[in-house]
Amino acid sequence: MSGLAVPLATTGDRPVNGVALTVVVVLFILVAVLGFFAARWRAGKETGLHSLDEWGLGGRGFGTWVTWFLLGGDLYPAYTFVAVPAAMWATGAVSGFFAVPYTIVLYPIVFLLMSRLWSVSHRHGFVTPADFVGGRYGSRALTVAVALTGIVATMPYIALQLVGIKAVLTVLGLGSAENVLLTDLPLIIAFVVLAAYTYTSGLRAPALIAVVKDLLIYLAVIVAVIYLPIKFGGWDNIFGAAQTKLDAVSPATGKPAGVFIPGAASYSAYWTLALGSAMALFMYPHSVTGVLATKSRNTIRKNAAVLPLYSLMLGFLALLGYAAISAGTKPIDLNGAVNPQLVVPQLFLDNFPSWFAGIALAAIAIGALVPAAIMSIAAANLFTRNIYRDLIRPDADPRQEAKVSKIASLVVKFGALIFVIAMDQSAAINMQLLGGIWILQTFPAIVAGLYTRWFHRWALFAGWVAGIIYGTVAAYNVVNPVTKANFGGSIAAVPGTNVQVYIAVVAFAINLIVAAVLSLVFRAMKLPDGKDITRNSDYGADEDDPKVAQLQREYPLGETGGPAF
Amino acid sequence: MSTPDVPTRGPARPGPYIAAGILLAISILVPLFVPAYSIDQPRLAGMPFFYWYQMLWVPITAAMVGVSYRLVTKEDRRRREVARGARTREEEQ
Repeated sequence: MSGLAVPLATTGDRPVNGVALTVVVVLFILVAVLGFFAARWRAGKETGLHSLDEWGLGGRGFGTWVTWFLLGGDLYPAYTFVAVPAAMWATGAVSGFFAVPYTIVLYPIVFLLMSRLWSVSHRHGFVTPADFVGGRYGSRALTVAVALTGIVATMPYIALQLVGIKAVLTVLGLGSAENVLLTDLPLIIAFVVLAAYTYTSGLRAPALIAVVKDLLIYLAVIVAVIYLPIKFGGWDNIFGAAQTKLDAVSPATGKPAGVFIPGAASYSAYWTLALGSAMALFMYPHSVTGVLATKSRNTIRKNAAVLPLYSLMLGFLALLGYAAISAGTKPIDLNGAVNPQLVVPQLFLDNFPSWFAGIALAAIAIGALVPAAIMSIAAANLFTRNIYRDLIRPDADPRQEAKVSKIASLVVKFGALIFVIAMDQSAAINMQLLGGIWILQTFPAIVAGLYTRWFHRWALFAGWVAGIIYGTVAAYNVVNPVTKANFGGSIAAVPGTNVQVYIAVVAFAINLIVAAVLSLVFRAMKLPDGKDITRNSDYGADEDDPKVAQLQREYPLGETGGPAF
Repeated sequence: MSTPDVPTRGPARPGPYIAAGILLAISILVPLFVPAYSIDQPRLAGMPFFYWYQMLWVPITAAMVGVSYRLVTKEDRRRREVARGARTREEEQ
């Protein structure tokens, strides 16, 4: 502990880059001030932030511009900026570049689904996807299943944002192989500040910070994408270097190191990864939070047409992974091992003046704070509405809900912090991989419910169970060819064939089949169907539609669900 | 607790929805059809076809979603006015 007084002196192999560090610290302080100031931004006049609508959904009044920044920060978190180029650098197109078709097909799907969810949620005051499932199916078991899946899938996602910040801090030289506590100290400070302003300002904080973060990240990416190819002799050279590296046969496995352009055998893996990820993304509670915070039914649709600008940026960012191959970037972690996650921060630090590298690194670090805040709010809302209110205190008033949610957001964040500090980084990555598979299993309950009540509530529940079990077992059985560890990836053969696909998609198909077959069986058995408090007209309601406020007064949310089991 | 089902929108005209549906279906299916683009040539500014073709689909999809937005919101507005008109007539009676 004696090293605590002079932290910079004890850093091991990596020198501290003073200029870059100063830029990062200054921008971080600026953002923290902004986060606390956000509490007053468009604040509710009478209630302050004492309801979930205000604290957890920013007053449900974000227009096109704010939503664009908020969802941009929400759907393209810092971890993506670190992980996608890292995957490209390490293994190429199938594990990295699928992010591009993924974020292309995402928006038509969002366009189709999300305004219906917005309308019904607006009409009934739903705050979480599980609220909607509860209102639609009147099944507490299904509501809790959806809520728990959301919380469990979100936790490692928050942890990964911390991994992103950690990559930046490591590259900046703040870290020591000997003193673990010291290494994590800057991370802990950053996180305490994040937790504090999320607590006071709710969803308004990430919304405001997202604007700053986006300006920084666009600046960094645009400059890098123009400058680096010039520096390394054009894209020709960059792709040449990438192809050489990825086609080289690895002695450990006897297979090529990666995939430059997918061959016929990886087609199915590539498109199922893209489609499955796109379908899963808006089942995550933090995405739904972003949607429900918008002002009107069609705000999200308009955004579906302008958000792809981020996909374009992500595509170029992915290619920076190849630029790093050609630049010969060496992402060496504190323990001396190669850590692909450090590729992009290292690339910026090696090839740009310190002050500009500082801006890029700050963009990544701040880019981690925005989604971490939204995710913790979303998970806290799920806990408050669907576990605390539905199971423990059915008569909780909005003020109590906001209070519980604020505290839950702290618990969730510190849980993620402990996750990252106490456990191996790969634990967070494995859990995130599983989270993606699990969250897709809530798709049938949520999405089918937006269009039809044909599925029986217990059939959906059984389908969810089947999908989760298959997905977990299949993911466990994937063994990393080099380390021989379980949870080695998210691709497995469809049972009984050789076709390699994304596990989540097969689990989803099993889920859907079970739900459909059992719906027929349960209907034939005349098993009681839950109470549906929604109406057809609810799914088309807009902000200024009559009956919205009136409906809420006459039918308070406490009655959601009716008799449960 | 039954609420009267007050329609928020009038009946739909299928045209705009079918057109938007086709545009959205194209922008989901075409980028997922990997055999069409898993090739190296022709390159664009040194970028293999596989990479620039997928990047090209980002703005194409955005444009198709944008057109769908115009089609659907226009129809949405019309249906809303129909419903509102019907309600005002009811109230007058």
